[in-house]
Amino acid sequence: MNLTLKIWRQKDSKDKGQMVTYNVTDISEHMSFLEMLDVLNEQLVNTGEEPVAFDHDCREGICGMCSLYINGEAHGPDRGVTTCQLHMRMFNDGDTIFIEPFRAKAFPVIKDLVVDRTAFDRIQQAGGYISVNTSGNTQDANAIPIRKANADLAMDAAECIGCGACVATCKNSSAMLFVGAKVSQYALLPQGRVEAKDRVLNMVNQMDKEGFGNCTNTGACEVECPKGISLTNIARMNREYLSASVKED
Amino acid sequence: MSKRKGTTSVGRKILMALSGLFLIVFLLQHCAINFLSVIAPDMFNEVSHFMGTNPLIQYALQPVLAFGVFFHLIMGMYLERQNRNARPIKYAVNKPATNSNWMSRNMIITGIMVMLFMALHFADFWIPELKTKFIDGDMTGMNAAGEFRYMEEMAHEFSNGIRVAIYVVAFVFLSLHLLHGFQSAFQSVGFNHNKFTPTLKKLGTIYAIVIPALFIFIALFHFFNQHA
Ligand code: SF4
Ligand code: FES
Repeated sequence: MNLTLKIWRQKDSKDKGQMVTYNVTDISEHMSFLEMLDVLNEQLVNTGEEPVAFDHDCREGICGMCSLYINGEAHGPDRGVTTCQLHMRMFNDGDTIFIEPFRAKAFPVIKDLVVDRTAFDRIQQAGGYISVNTSGNTQDANAIPIRKANADLAMDAAECIGCGACVATCKNSSAMLFVGAKVSQYALLPQGRVEAKDRVLNMVNQMDKEGFGNCTNTGACEVECPKGISLTNIARMNREYLSASVKED
Repeated sequence: MSKRKGTTSVGRKILMALSGLFLIVFLLQHCAINFLSVIAPDMFNEVSHFMGTNPLIQYALQPVLAFGVFFHLIMGMYLERQNRNARPIKYAVNKPATNSNWMSRNMIITGIMVMLFMALHFADFWIPELKTKFIDGDMTGMNAAGEFRYMEEMAHEFSNGIRVAIYVVAFVFLSLHLLHGFQSAFQSVGFNHNKFTPTLKKLGTIYAIVIPALFIFIALFHFFNQHA
C-alpha cells in the first residue's frame, strides 16, 4: 500500500519542531508500524536526508521502548498492543497517517519522535523496590505463603512495561496508572508490605515533582494501555495513600 | 521519607471526591424537601422554616455547605489549570472519544455551568433569605398576612419563564456532571470493588438522571401551575 505520512520533526530539545510530510510506497500489510518507519528511513538515508528518530528496542511488546501517537491514539488504532506490535493491516492504501511524539511536560522531546521518559525511572527509584538482605541468609521467597488471588493481581500489575502510553493519552498527562501499577505490584505481596507506607508517599511525591497532571478518572489510560493495566490499581494506590497518610510513624 | 508541604495530587483528588460526595448528599435532601412543595405545600413551609431557623443547621451546617461548594469550585479550577499546564504542546491530531466519554473529559465545563447557575440561585433565594433574616431581623418566616412565606416565594420565582428555562438547562449540566462525578468520587477515595462497583455505577447513573429530573419537574410544576 501507498501512504502519506505526516511526521513530527524536531532537531533537538530546543528546536521548535514541525510536521513534515513524506510518502512511502509498496508497504506490506504484514509489516509492523516500526518496519514501515524503517522503510521510510532507508529512503531518507538514500536521498541524503536525516532519518526520523524514534524509540524501539525489543520489537515484541515487552520492553516498553516504542512509543508514538498515531492518528490521535497512543500506539495507534489497535488495542492491547505496543507500536512495534501494530500491524500495517490496520491501515488502508492511500491513508494519511499522523505520527507525533508522546506529549507531556514530563516527557520532553529529545529529537523527532523520541521523548525523555526518565521521569518514570525516578519515580521507580523513589520507592518501586523492596529492600532485601542479599548477604546469603535471604529467605526463600517460596517459603512465604501468598494468597493466590493476590499473587495473580500482583502479577497483573507487574505487567506494566513503563511505556508511558497512559500519560500520553490522558487529557491531564497523569501518570497514575503507571504509579498505581508499580505501587500495587508490591502492596499486594507480603514482601512489599514492610515498606508500603514510605513507598506510596515517596512515589506519589516524585510523580508530582516530575510535573504530571492530576487524574480525573476518565479511564482513557486503561483503554490505551498495551498491557491492560486496570484502573483498580489507581484505586488501590489511593487507598494505600489514604492509609499511609493517616498512619503514624 | 522526605516531608513536603501542601497536598499531593492523590491528596487533592481525595479531597475533591469527598467534597463532591458531601454535595451529593446535600443535593438529595434538597431535592426531597423541594419535592414536598409539590405533594405537601404545608409541610414544605414547615420544613423550610425549620431548615431556615434551626441554629444547628444555620450556624453549623450552612457554613460547612458554603465552604464545600467553594472548595469544590476553587480546587476544580486549580486542578484544571495544573492539568492544562501538564501538556504545553497539544497533539495535532487527537481522538479522545475513542477511549473516554464526553462527561469525564468536560467536568470543568459542566461544573462551571452549574456554578454560574448557583450564582443565580443564590441571588434568587439565598441572599434574599439572608437579608430577611439577618439584616431585617425577621425570623418569623411569615408574610404580611401572617402565613408562612416560603411556598409563595418559591412559586413567585418559578413564575418567570426565562428563569425556569435557565433552571432546566442548568440541571441538564448538573446531570452530565454527576454522570461522571458520582462513580468517579468512589474511585478517587480508593473504592473499586469487582462486586460492588458495577452496582455503584448503575446507582450513580440513576442518581445523576433522577435527581436533576426531579428538580426540573418541580420548577416546571410550579410554572405551569401558575400559567395553566
Ligand atoms: S500502565 Fe500501561 S500504558 Fe502506562 S506505562 Fe504501564 S504499560 Fe504503559
Ligand atoms: S519495542 Fe519493545 S515494546 Fe515495542
